[in-house]
Amino acid sequence: MAELRIDWDKVAKAREASSAIADDVNDQLGRFTTVTVERSIARLFGIDGVDAFDVPLSNVVVDHLKDKNVLGEGVAYWLAQGVLTSGLSQQELAEGIAAGDVDLTRLEQADPYACSLWARERAEKALDRIRDNKRFRNDKIEQFGERPSPLLYAIVATGNIYEDIVQAKAAARQGADVIAVIRTTGQSLLDYVPYGATTEGFGGTMATQENFRLMRAALDEVGDELGRYVRLCNYCSGLCMPEIAVMGAFERLDVMLNDALYGILFRDINMQRTLIDQSFSRMVNGAAGIIINTGEDNYLTTADAWEEAHTVLASQLINEQFALRAGMAEEQMGLGHAFEMNPELTNSFVYELAQAQMARQIFPKAPLKYMPPTKYMTGNIFRGHIQDALFNAVTVLTDQRFLLLGMMTEAIHTPHMSDRALAIENARYIKRAMADFSSEIEYKEGGLMERRADQVLSEALELLENIRVDGLFHALETGLFAGIKRRSTGGKGLDGVIAKGERYDNPFVDLFMTEQRGE
Amino acid sequence: MKHRIPEHEGENAMSTEHRVKPYGDTMNDGRVQVSFTLPVPDSDRAIEAAREIMLSMGLADPLIAWHEALDEGFTFFVAYGSHEKGIDYSKIKVQTVDVHVMSMEETDALIRERFGRKIKVIGASTGTDAHTVGIDAIMNMKGYAGHFGLERYDMIETLNLGSQVPNEEFIREAIAFDADVMLVSQTVTQKDVHIQNVTELVELLEAESVRERFLLILGGPRVTHELAKELGCDAGFGLGKYADDVASYFVTELDKRRRAERSSTPT
Repeated sequence: MAELRIDWDKVAKAREASSAIADDVNDQLGRFTTVTVERSIARLFGIDGVDAFDVPLSNVVVDHLKDKNVLGEGVAYWLAQGVLTSGLSQQELAEGIAAGDVDLTRLEQADPYACSLWARERAEKALDRIRDNKRFRNDKIEQFGERPSPLLYAIVATGNIYEDIVQAKAAARQGADVIAVIRTTGQSLLDYVPYGATTEGFGGTMATQENFRLMRAALDEVGDELGRYVRLCNYCSGLCMPEIAVMGAFERLDVMLNDALYGILFRDINMQRTLIDQSFSRMVNGAAGIIINTGEDNYLTTADAWEEAHTVLASQLINEQFALRAGMAEEQMGLGHAFEMNPELTNSFVYELAQAQMARQIFPKAPLKYMPPTKYMTGNIFRGHIQDALFNAVTVLTDQRFLLLGMMTEAIHTPHMSDRALAIENARYIKRAMADFSSEIEYKEGGLMERRADQVLSEALELLENIRVDGLFHALETGLFAGIKRRSTGGKGLDGVIAKGERYDNPFVDLFMTEQRGE
Repeated sequence: MKHRIPEHEGENAMSTEHRVKPYGDTMNDGRVQVSFTLPVPDSDRAIEAAREIMLSMGLADPLIAWHEALDEGFTFFVAYGSHEKGIDYSKIKVQTVDVHVMSMEETDALIRERFGRKIKVIGASTGTDAHTVGIDAIMNMKGYAGHFGLERYDMIETLNLGSQVPNEEFIREAIAFDADVMLVSQTVTQKDVHIQNVTELVELLEAESVRERFLLILGGPRVTHELAKELGCDAGFGLGKYADDVASYFVTELDKRRRAERSSTPT
């Protein structure tokens, strides 16, 4: 692959600043847990189902402890102690709380050491379940062979899981490697995860564990028929990041959107809340062998892709540090970026190529996610198809791992079946036609591309050094990303942040960190 | 949902019939291109079905230029046909926002001269709509496609609430901000959610007796002026409209209202 000459000294300094920024955030937030982190522990312990009012039992348990002001000791402690003294299972306890028959705080005290042993044992069982899924995925990929880059990533978004399955299977047969089920508008702001199979949604389909299971089964079926492993993607951003990560681990998702910064900027979720949630959700994703996708591409849908390219790189570097602190391997960090320059700009293709190539070299092991044009898609589908073709060319030339298929009908409607088929045909043609192009060329020393890459890198470094001085929270408050300002105490979900008590223990943290190290 | 076609406000209504047909490469050839998918397997029978679909759309001489299987039971077609009947152009009536579009400088100058204070504009993408691309294109400093956004205007004070703003909150903020103009953006239109949402907004404004206090402007890719008026807004702007179109409209309209008020007030 043709490479750019990059000032690696600047890259090292930028990483150092990002590392300090991530440490600062983790130092400030380490003494807190959140309602959704606790609910994910309840789910990992096997608590499933809903009460008579469709409230998930994980919410019932956590709300119960929160109402009694004892959630700071953690769900793991309270469930362990409840099971050991009542003789009921954790699921029976949850059902009992829902029925009003059980009060966890009024049971006899169990030996704290026995509680932590019980919690550890239950946690191992959850990990076994996750390991089985990981093994199944690895076996399938070994059996069929790994797919070459770029993986063609197609979106379905009908609102009805059964219709999604029809579209997803068709897309897989046309050549899609990854199927992402877009979530219904507004789900990211729900402080619970809906339950069961769903057939109603706006602009997408509810992320529920049952919907995950149905789509997973459909893709396994079509994958066996096609002789390849078809990956499934969903979204764990929002107010339930770690819970949806747990659902993804249990139902063998392969890729999950996971980005607190995205939630802060574009969904106005409280930054403290979601950064705590992100940390645990990445441990879950990491242990489950799931590749995360970050949302930097979205910055360029509001801010200008030429002027704000450095914010993408800065955010990728910060996201990398957060992922490392959650124990994640670089091979699972699907950092995001996008092809969003104004098509009226002279040399826009050249600059896009420079930036994508720079990202590829700065994150050599990361399975980068490259997003197609959206901002300058107009409704002129014929021009749009060409914009998508240029995007595909950059993707192939710079060896991006995930090519999110651009739809020529972007900005018009959720894709028709034919839109997706034409997008896949476009991408496959360019992948074939330009297969070895980048190993046949060299980029000019000191040329337009190298100068552009250096400019973006220098600006990113400057930005990161500024953020390091005042901290990430301050940067978000002053609108340094995507031109959007958020207050550290504003946004949704701050009331779900809880200080950890003396007995607090999350047995999954050690377990998942160890699992990710492969020990 | 069907929208009533208004019978007035046409531009230069013509009385003599003026037949118009689609233009391919010769006047009145009526040629159109169509693409669609049928949920049947790719076969001769499917091609004949596609021809009949074309004929039933009123497209004569259908030519199926391309067909291919999208999946086992789905076939994609690219087809050409002729619309022989055409339509009477003289009967076409539309409602448009009829206003002289001014530059940013002209708009600022007009506000200075006629109002002597800044015009306050509040904007939001309301309801469950998570898209800010529309409201940002109009309001952000940078604007869109070379048209500066409202934040750039010296004489316009803006407040952009972003996305997923509940209607109640939007109204509360508009009152607190003492806005002259409310801009509501609706990008997601699946299952007519934008119509329900804007209808609710207008009803809430009326319930609180503040509808007349604001100019209410609707924007979005599927929005027309006619739709906006029907939903109870003052104006609507769709694709290809920028901050200068919107600003020219509201400044002209506010000025008109200001003068009407003055002339009706006894002095």
